Amino acid sequence: MEDVLEIRWHGRGGQGAVTASKLLASAALEEGYYIQAFPEYGAERMGAPVQSFNRISKEPIELHCQVREPEIVLVLDATLLKSIDVCEGIKEGGILIVNTPKTPDEIRKLLNFNGKEIKVYTVDATRISIETMGRAMPNTPMIGALARVTDFLKLDSLLANVKKSLAKRFTEEVVEGNLNAIKKAYEEVKD
Amino acid sequence: MSKKLGLLGTSAIATAMRQINPDVVAAYPITPQTAIVEEFSQYVFDGDVDTEFLTVESEHSAMSACIGAAAAGARVMTATSSAGLALMWEMLGIASGLRLPVVMTNVNRALSGPINIHCDHSDSMGARDTGWIQIFSENAQEGYDNLIQAVRISEHEDVRLPVMIMIDGFITSHNIEVVEVLDDSDVKDFVKTNKAPFSLLDVKNPITFGPIQLFDFYFETKKQQSDAMRGSLRIIREVSREYEKLSGRKQPIVDMFMMDDAEIAIMVLSSTAGTTRSVVRELRKDGIKAGLIKPRIFRPFPVEDIVKSVKGLKALAVMDRSDSFNGFGGPLFTEVRSSLYESSNKPLIMNYIFGLGGRDVTVENIKEVFDTLQEVARTGKVENLINYLGVRE
Amino acid sequence: MKIEAKEKPKVKEKPGYKSIPIGGVIPKAGSSREYKTGDWRVRYPVIDKEKCINCLFCYIYCPEKCVVVKDGKVERVDLDYCKGCGICATECPKDAIEMKLE
Repeated sequence: MEDVLEIRWHGRGGQGAVTASKLLASAALEEGYYIQAFPEYGAERMGAPVQSFNRISKEPIELHCQVREPEIVLVLDATLLKSIDVCEGIKEGGILIVNTPKTPDEIRKLLNFNGKEIKVYTVDATRISIETMGRAMPNTPMIGALARVTDFLKLDSLLANVKKSLAKRFTEEVVEGNLNAIKKAYEEVKD
Repeated sequence: MSKKLGLLGTSAIATAMRQINPDVVAAYPITPQTAIVEEFSQYVFDGDVDTEFLTVESEHSAMSACIGAAAAGARVMTATSSAGLALMWEMLGIASGLRLPVVMTNVNRALSGPINIHCDHSDSMGARDTGWIQIFSENAQEGYDNLIQAVRISEHEDVRLPVMIMIDGFITSHNIEVVEVLDDSDVKDFVKTNKAPFSLLDVKNPITFGPIQLFDFYFETKKQQSDAMRGSLRIIREVSREYEKLSGRKQPIVDMFMMDDAEIAIMVLSSTAGTTRSVVRELRKDGIKAGLIKPRIFRPFPVEDIVKSVKGLKALAVMDRSDSFNGFGGPLFTEVRSSLYESSNKPLIMNYIFGLGGRDVTVENIKEVFDTLQEVARTGKVENLINYLGVRE
Repeated sequence: MKIEAKEKPKVKEKPGYKSIPIGGVIPKAGSSREYKTGDWRVRYPVIDKEKCINCLFCYIYCPEKCVVVKDGKVERVDLDYCKGCGICATECPKDAIEMKLE
């Protein structure tokens, strides 16, 4: 079980948390990992807090329970920090990535880690998505930030895989915007 | 060459349906099954299959249309969940009673009420005595594999019974996992063509389907059906072996993990078996002789395989993702316990009802069961025969 | 008390589950011909050819279609299948059909 990397995404309905976990899964699959990507189904209302999960492993994944102790937590909407405990169950030494213009130190002050050692990163994914895509879609830039702070995804292959996934559904312009968002977030992530 | 793809459980099923290329699909949408026929209808629209796709006004009509088409000699498929399966109930018995090879995916979802969209096995367990062969799948890969095999099993001349395969709602249906998908041509060769012994559309040889049979013939027809169900296990073994060769993946009737020297074990269907296998690996690292038994086939009930699987065990927990509300445990438990009546050296046995309405079954839940099993094995005493796992008091 | 049957009733042996077609299918057409419903009958129709005007109402109304018509004229009733329902007698506009006890 220790060999399975578990990830939790927090967002609000419509921000693309589910799509982000799917994109991440297919990118990891292309890298040769076994993957899972599953949302928490319940209240799928625009704006309601939603969660989505990933498992990534070199071995076939057998676990079929919810992710309760994630190594990595990504927060697509910093307003969620006030209403829900995004750190719930996060593993000692885990990683928290928050979409916010604030610095990691400022975020650290807002949260209670219960004495756990957690690495906090921030990236202004909303601004990046508006600059690159013309609308607030923070999900793809967050994957860029994730690629920067972990070592299981290489930027080049990530870009190639996201391009492949998105090209099936979107215009070239939208795909290009998403790729630029990933690159920009990769460069801008703060620790 | 087979391909490894990241697929939703529903997509794995729709892909298998595309490759099987049935003559007729009649279906009605219901969560969490909807995504299956939604994707399949796209294949119909795109001309990827030759299927006549019938949108009907209810599941009762969907199964009725399947029955009519199967009586005409067509290869027929559908999919449903929960209340949809319940609404089909009357027609389920007609499909099996008329010995028509309809193949259905049931995405397991709790029955109302209270209304709930998440996974438990109350829907398919409610249909366990309707004369359908029932195959449970641990993950999307098994769902894909089981569906392809179901066609061959169902249409076999010695079987001619409808088959339903199960995947767990949301846990499997709405989870993207790695699925190894066979070549279209390999699936086509494997499923062959349906050789129906009778066809309603054969105007040169007119026949009657579904005549009234009273006390003079009904019993004989039912005995024949019962024998076909019992005998289908032999055909399931044959088809499984053939599919093993094609896919390279084992297709056991009852899957066993670490059972050679196991002293305690959990028996469970579907996705929870995966979580349990992970826990067994952990426990083995600590020298605890734990094991897992996962029946893939539930109907026909594989009595001999079940009896064999528990040999040498001191204590066994049978886990049911549905309650029978019979005052005496879940359906898997009562049948397993009954199977062991004649055997000597049977293990101490207990039942855990779990995961109703999608209640998550955690690694800790499974460990708790194994802890109790260790205690039972040590003391030789079962404190509680029927237990409810993960419920608040 | 011991009861002995005077004579063993003759019953045609029906085929068992090992030999009947699956699913209750009747694999040939027109098998209802083999089912002679005539023995359900208590009364049987007798046609008075003098009164009959060959309107063929009896032929049309008979649920078993056992009124035999030849060259547009009522010839006889097929008693192999006539259940003795008496609809023909009721519908006959000339009261030409009488239902007689067997």
